[in-house]
Amino acid sequence: MMGSLLASLRTPRGFVTVMLLLVFVVLPALTEAFDERYLLSVGTRIVIWSIAAVSLNMILGYGGLVSFGHAVFFGIGGYAVGILSASGVQSGWLQWPVAIAASALWAAIVGALSLRTRGVYFIMITLAFAQLVYYVSAGLAAYGGDDGLNISRSRFPDLIDLRDKASFYWLCLFLLCATLWFCSRFANSRFGAVLRGTKSNELRMTALGFPVFRYRLVGFVIAGAFGGLAGVLLANEGAYISPAMMSWVKSGDLIVMVVLGGMGTLFGPIYGAIAFFALEESLKPLMDLGHKGWGEYWQIVFGPMLVLVALYAKGGIDSLLGRHHD
Amino acid sequence: MTEPLLTTRRLVKRFGGLLATDSVSIDVRPGEIHALIGPNGAGKTTLVSQITGNLAPDSGAIHFAGRDITRLPTHARVQLGLARSFQITSVFREFTAIQNVAIAILAHAGHSFRFLGDVRKDRALRDPAWHGLAAVGLDQRGGVLASALSHGEQRQLEIAMALAGDPKLLLLDEPMAGMGAEESQAMIGFLRALKGKRAMLLIEHDMDAVFQLADRITVLVYGRAIASGTPEEIRANPEVRQAYLGEEVA
Repeated sequence: MMGSLLASLRTPRGFVTVMLLLVFVVLPALTEAFDERYLLSVGTRIVIWSIAAVSLNMILGYGGLVSFGHAVFFGIGGYAVGILSASGVQSGWLQWPVAIAASALWAAIVGALSLRTRGVYFIMITLAFAQLVYYVSAGLAAYGGDDGLNISRSRFPDLIDLRDKASFYWLCLFLLCATLWFCSRFANSRFGAVLRGTKSNELRMTALGFPVFRYRLVGFVIAGAFGGLAGVLLANEGAYISPAMMSWVKSGDLIVMVVLGGMGTLFGPIYGAIAFFALEESLKPLMDLGHKGWGEYWQIVFGPMLVLVALYAKGGIDSLLGRHHD
Repeated sequence: MTEPLLTTRRLVKRFGGLLATDSVSIDVRPGEIHALIGPNGAGKTTLVSQITGNLAPDSGAIHFAGRDITRLPTHARVQLGLARSFQITSVFREFTAIQNVAIAILAHAGHSFRFLGDVRKDRALRDPAWHGLAAVGLDQRGGVLASALSHGEQRQLEIAMALAGDPKLLLLDEPMAGMGAEESQAMIGFLRALKGKRAMLLIEHDMDAVFQLADRITVLVYGRAIASGTPEEIRANPEVRQAYLGEEVA
């Protein structure tokens, strides 16, 4: 075990993965030591977005389904927590399962309708359903409408206090690891093999006797459930919910993270999420240095970088780390 | 006479004004090779698509293994034992040869809603998959990506995948397409060895292959089955000679 770990350190991929893990683990201590609380909050958001990106990767990367509405699960997970909290249900033990079940249910409904279409139509329908929820949430005057709503964080008495930034970070990191563990098993399971087959050649899968629709639907629901988990965490991170959580821009960002990091790879979405946030956080001040106010347009630089990745690094960041050997 | 395995009864399929399938009734008996021939545009692919369930007929009925399957979706027909190979090679290019066969076996191993076990270590798949590869003579190439196999090998892999579920009927859509003479002969030998064990509906342009393999032949012209019979009867049929075979078999 130890030997194989050391051996994997010698490959670029193994080295980067171990270093990444190390950074995630020492981040709370570092930010504490340098009194940079803001960085821990950025770290927490990176971890939460990573969970969402990994969940999107389950259908986008392994299943080839370009869902352009995945951020809706941020919203459903978040609003489930927020609405329950505003109605006096504070217990996380109740809030979280309800939020995840609501996300899974919505994924089942959207999937049952959208998975009958292909290509651009699938993209448009998933987007349309996400926009539907977005506008409904913006119309919920009782929950802040467009402006959103400050909520109190989920309570887990005698277990963990989510108001403590470091504790919350550790919880998010633990859940990211759990999500990754599931995804690694999922990808190589019978179900994962079927899903990858439908990505590679749908017609052939049908001709082999697979009810492709059912497998895709189940994959869609699983991805939605994990997306809902990320939404629960996001709402608790800022103690705030708003329709902006699920704007179509956020759905686009998630796709960017998965594609940038490497579709259909285990760690790719995390590389993508880190790169996305790192570039956002560094390009803004860099461009502000050039001229005050330019930082707002950081995507002018980010966009061409994406184009370069799409043109020259098809497998994303993951492919730059060398070949997989399994 | 044995009960036919597959029958189509007066199938009709129209595309706008074009009558692509004009009241076609054919049957395939257990263990026999029934060849479907006809010039380009005769409606062979349209007929096959209705049998596989990719197209719905406008009228008529399809029975398979004693059941009416006219309205059954494709995957359910396959589960009943109606397997097909494709005219254009349709393997999973980014999977290895052995993974291609394994996934075909998976299709018949009950449901695959299993999320945690490692499919690569699944002996219930690996052993029969190697067996299936060996049956078509590809066992030396199991670890090779399907995209790296030669055209002929991909066709063999295609057959191994179609055979994976131990089907009652094999629908072979031009299995010899694009093959060299030597590869074709090997494929003919392989199909001949299968003959009697499972029924086959063979769509093929290679007349040598058809007359070597088929027990019965149906000739399709402009969507109509103009003749059906043994290779000798078809060879002797003046209408067929005029409509299709021309000088080729003279």
